[in-house]
Amino acid sequence: MAYLDHAATTPMLPRVLDVYVRTARELGNASSLHASGRAARRTVEEARERIGEALGAKPSEVVFTGSGTEADNLAVKGLHWARRDEGRGRVVSTAIEHHAVADAVAWLGDHEGADVTELPVDKLGRVRVDALAELLDERADEITVITCMWANNEVGTLQPIDEIVALATPLGIPVHTDAVQAVGHTPVCFTACQADALALSGHKLGGPTGTGALLLRRDTKCTPLLHGGGQEREIRSGTLDVPGIAALAEAVAHAVRTQETEAQRLAVLRDELVAGIREAVPETIYNGDPEQRLPGNAHFSFPGCEGDALLMLLDAAGVECATGSACSAGIAQPSHVLLAMGAGEDDARSSLRFTLGWPTTKAEVDALVAAIPEAVERARSAGLS
Amino acid sequence: MSGGVDSAVAAARAVEAGHDVTGVHLALSKNPQTYRTGARGCCTIEDSRDARRAADVIGIPFYVWDMAERFHEDVVEDFYAEYAAGRTPNPCLRCNEKIKFAAVLDRAMALGFDAVVTGHYARKADDGLLRRAVDPGKDQSYVLAVLTPKQLAHSMFPLGDTPKDEVRIEAEERGLAVARKPDSHDICFIADGDTSGFLKKKLGSEQGEIVDAATGEVVGRHDGAHQFTIGQRHGLGLKVPAANGKPRYVLSITPVDNRVEVGPREALRIDRIRTGAPVWLGGERTGTFEGEVQLRAHGEVYPATVTVEDGGLTARLGKPAFGVAAGQAMVVYDPDPDAELGDAVLASGTIDAAESVEAAGV
Repeated sequence: MAYLDHAATTPMLPRVLDVYVRTARELGNASSLHASGRAARRTVEEARERIGEALGAKPSEVVFTGSGTEADNLAVKGLHWARRDEGRGRVVSTAIEHHAVADAVAWLGDHEGADVTELPVDKLGRVRVDALAELLDERADEITVITCMWANNEVGTLQPIDEIVALATPLGIPVHTDAVQAVGHTPVCFTACQADALALSGHKLGGPTGTGALLLRRDTKCTPLLHGGGQEREIRSGTLDVPGIAALAEAVAHAVRTQETEAQRLAVLRDELVAGIREAVPETIYNGDPEQRLPGNAHFSFPGCEGDALLMLLDAAGVECATGSACSAGIAQPSHVLLAMGAGEDDARSSLRFTLGWPTTKAEVDALVAAIPEAVERARSAGLS
Repeated sequence: MSGGVDSAVAAARAVEAGHDVTGVHLALSKNPQTYRTGARGCCTIEDSRDARRAADVIGIPFYVWDMAERFHEDVVEDFYAEYAAGRTPNPCLRCNEKIKFAAVLDRAMALGFDAVVTGHYARKADDGLLRRAVDPGKDQSYVLAVLTPKQLAHSMFPLGDTPKDEVRIEAEERGLAVARKPDSHDICFIADGDTSGFLKKKLGSEQGEIVDAATGEVVGRHDGAHQFTIGQRHGLGLKVPAANGKPRYVLSITPVDNRVEVGPREALRIDRIRTGAPVWLGGERTGTFEGEVQLRAHGEVYPATVTVEDGGLTARLGKPAFGVAAGQAMVVYDPDPDAELGDAVLASGTIDAAESVEAAGV
């Protein structure tokens, strides 16, 4: 089997699993005052320090959450709520955000009366900073928060976070970045990027599912989503998941430590995959920025084919990949990212994403390249329904 | 796989017969929440989940295919249009004709599959004919009779030889959680089962008169002729009692002037039916032949003399039928005298007109 869907989830690293299991055997609520509690707390604080160190953040800036989605929701809603005021209620997002951000922003618009501005992207899927500059000239006073992902989850394009922060910070507008696809895959430094908040997820980098964190500046006000025991600076209540947090720290530390060499290895494999597919199916469109992109991401449109059909045929051939995002009943929608990049509806429905991860081998890439011609031929004869 | 017990067992049987089977659930609404809220047979997230879990247990891959647009165009819009024209459509039949054995089959064939397997109760004999199921109460050959011979050749109905209660027992034995799920009876795209309300929303509720067909007297009012079906007795809300005190039925619906005529049951009596162009499933015939016809799903069967003429079929019924509406399908069967293989479907056609030979003065 060839598993080429590591952006959906990637397996836990054996060393992470060891930490996870070992810590799960230990007793203690990190909020308890006795010896067992202190031991659990120590594990949590060491994890906080490791993550801070790996990502250029102070330990106190690390807020543990139950997922990347939760971290994004906390940042987007929390920063908006903390800053909204009479005359200030505009959330600035982009047209290519993951649903964890996009739907949180839409919810603020639909249910909390927020004004929403979506920044457009260019045809490579890069957010148009000029559009933000224009908006800030006119409406800076209205804006509560700007949110922009670090790297796009579908087409892999890296986003100009530095430029966005450079425009927003002098005006006192907080910037959140969804770095779920970026951390461990491309260099990320919280201090250097100067964003106010940054979301990450455990299972995208070899950690456990159900773990995540929000890096949040000490002086950035954020209204909590969850109220309770007051854990995590009273921003995220809930008993701390000690084994999950320890495993997350192990995964982040390892992914960041090996990031450069792993990125080079994956980029080589990815380039072979791209070349192989282009040779096998010459009329494919390679989406996203060919240079400024995640090393393990390859994203194509196969004109005349439905992504759904291709996925099914490749699945039957033992090759696993992804189309766009799916709704709860499992219906594929045309990719909002490709639509935002200016693709037609047909091309947006005909796309597949292949994402590589730490276990990916050349044999898996070869299996895909071998299977793709027949799949494309069949999917094309089925056409676009 | 609808999420019901029949398609689950059909899939399991197809696997056991040695086929390479993939489970497909059809998403028929762009927004599944807007159709039904509970799991009642098809079209909901619950049903999609039930189908997925059945596929897990059977051990086959499972996908949801988005047929929402096609379904809306070919089935839902057709449903509105037929009612608006004063006819009575059968959306399940239309779905088989346009979606399950057309859009789905075409796509499947293009993707390298050989056939569509469904949980319909009908038999496909070695002679290639479509025949009634063993279980007369569940027989669905009527709603499959719209298939063309080519579609039929690429269809499989593994449940035709089994009574429904045995299918449930089998589902239980196979560990399928849907074993006790109730059958679906209503129209899947009408969330609350309120067909009248569903039609009103789309077609409006313009007031009109209900008229006694014999006297021309206005005996009631209605809010939309599309609310009625030929032969309907209940829910007419008549204000003027019939002279003889007997119940009255809808005899005719005229959408153009939004007029509904009512009268006694005898006036619904018909014995001649004309259809539009037939689909021949049992080999095309010419001239006149003897057979049996069925006029609704699970409806009564009538002996008939069928004549092929004017591009359609004319059936003279051996006994009268009551309340036959244009838009329904007439399915012609070749009876199986030995009752072994089951009656075979010869042809089907959409009813254009139904009349009484006597009343027509022929």
